[in-house]
Amino acid sequence: MAVKSIKEYIGEPRDSVGHFHGNQLLFVSWDRHLLFAAPFLLYVNPETRFGDVVSGPLTALLQPDPDAAAIDWNRVEWLKANQPWTPDFERTLAENGISHKDQLRFRTPGPNSLLNPA
Amino acid sequence: MDMKVQKKKLGMKERYRALTRDLGWEPSYRTKDELYPYVKYEGIRIHDWEKWEDPFRLTMDAYWKYQAEKERKFYAIIDAHAQNNGHLHITDARYLSALKIFLQAISPGEYCAHKGFARVGREFAGVGTQVACQMQAIDEIRHAQTQIHAMSNYNRYYDGFHAFADARDRIWYTSVARSFFDDAMSAGPFEFMIAIGFSFEYVLTNLLFVPFMSGAAYNGDMATVTFGFSAQSDEARHMTLGLECIKFMLEQDPENLPIVQAWIDKWFWRGFRVLGLVSTMMDYMLPKRVMSWREAFEIYGIENGGALFRDLARYGIRPPKGWEDAGKAIDHMSHQLMLGLYQWSFGTAFHSWIPSDEDMDWLSAKYPTTFDKYYRPRWNHIKKLAAEGKQYKNFGLAKLCQCCQLPTVFTEPDDPTLICHRETVYKGETYHFCSDGCQSVFEDEPEKYIQAWLPMPALFREQQGDIAAWMDWVSLRDGFDNGDYDGSRDQKHFKEWREIATSNR
Repeated sequence: MAVKSIKEYIGEPRDSVGHFHGNQLLFVSWDRHLLFAAPFLLYVNPETRFGDVVSGPLTALLQPDPDAAAIDWNRVEWLKANQPWTPDFERTLAENGISHKDQLRFRTPGPNSLLNPA
Repeated sequence: MDMKVQKKKLGMKERYRALTRDLGWEPSYRTKDELYPYVKYEGIRIHDWEKWEDPFRLTMDAYWKYQAEKERKFYAIIDAHAQNNGHLHITDARYLSALKIFLQAISPGEYCAHKGFARVGREFAGVGTQVACQMQAIDEIRHAQTQIHAMSNYNRYYDGFHAFADARDRIWYTSVARSFFDDAMSAGPFEFMIAIGFSFEYVLTNLLFVPFMSGAAYNGDMATVTFGFSAQSDEARHMTLGLECIKFMLEQDPENLPIVQAWIDKWFWRGFRVLGLVSTMMDYMLPKRVMSWREAFEIYGIENGGALFRDLARYGIRPPKGWEDAGKAIDHMSHQLMLGLYQWSFGTAFHSWIPSDEDMDWLSAKYPTTFDKYYRPRWNHIKKLAAEGKQYKNFGLAKLCQCCQLPTVFTEPDDPTLICHRETVYKGETYHFCSDGCQSVFEDEPEKYIQAWLPMPALFREQQGDIAAWMDWVSLRDGFDNGDYDGSRDQKHFKEWREIATSNR
């Protein structure tokens, strides 16, 4: 069912990529590290190297978590659209197949300091 | 000599008939379908509009009499509040954060409800319905007005009240309530009745007005208590109207059942999400708390809601689809959302704060299975950062749910350590949701929700990420209206004025 209406009804997607001045939105979140209340919304250029997004804005945003300094990016497991996925840090977001409004999740092995095991 | 004959007074029923008899005329040169173009397209089948009688049969003269009496009382108390510096009789100025959210998010909703009822009062084809909806339209505009008047006294002394209408339209957390009402107002007349008559009046106002108004009383805010009482006496009538409409649809034709059930599923979930904001008010923002969000939900959600669905079961209605997930969320939602409101407090037109140890002990007593395990460690860490002079601000901004528009802060129903990630692709475009409930609402009517104005993407789309420009646009005064309560102007002023009022300084 795509909306009941009294005449033909066509919705225009408001947040399609063309509205973002050559950039795109990217969501990133660190699984089970809930100091960060929601996935981060990043505003990125698709020609940026994936590694630069990780070492730049993402690393900066992760700082307040006590486990942030211990992240070994070589051992991180990634998900894209909730499916296992492997990024190439040397290539751009576009070359990595990251499209507008994609959600990346990453998981790190090891303890989670802000979760009380008791 | 003529005898003076005592004119017989009309009873309530007769007066109501006199009020409505001329509204139900038979059209002569236009068809009924032309007069009422919106009654059929949703698929609801009505065979006899006469079967719906307004249970209250309220006539205009009776209405004016009751409401005028309430207005007189309301304004007498508001005047007394202003003249006696009522703004200093509250527990402390932290309490005002709850009021600011209410004014920014909910009062404009009352105004929307007024517009909606004025419209469906015209669109329904039955006389009883038309009159009842018009009465409710007047109630709703009165509620918006008295709420704004009650809170305007605080605006003279405290920050964060001055631009509530801009906040309503433009700030990220208020867009939750805004999208709820925009969705309702752009729905057909029958769906509107479920959205407002059932979800807003039944699910929301019970949980919003009763515990929240008790909170106002506990915290010494007589201005708010007064509008609460004034509005609450109308709500019983509104709930009855909503419920009558549901029963009417179900009694008119068995084909209506699946449509009504789908609307109940949708609007229960949408209402539950709006309550996320209310849960933080109850658990965190009242300096003196009446009951926890959990306790309120047990009484007004589970008990009252349960009774309602048992009552509707004879028509084939089952509890809404999201009912179980809602039950699983009640131990978590206020904490998850408040942690968000705190870390994005540079973008709110109210203050938030790190709960004190005493507050945390209260939360752990009220949420014995979840608070210490999941939430206290996070607050303690945030507290430690603040003590080191590194107050935590999350400049990552937030992913918003395409349906309810809340930041996607909620966890999996069965795993409170993992954020719930839901997404769907529609016509090549990806959309994200906070829950199965919101995803399902979207997938039923994708064409509607792809148009949603989401404040976080809009910050980049319309302002290219310029936060200062965004603050000007939403009328948010950085350093005054937002940020931590500790060190705020509200805190400083309240303390100073209270000392003057209670000493010989």
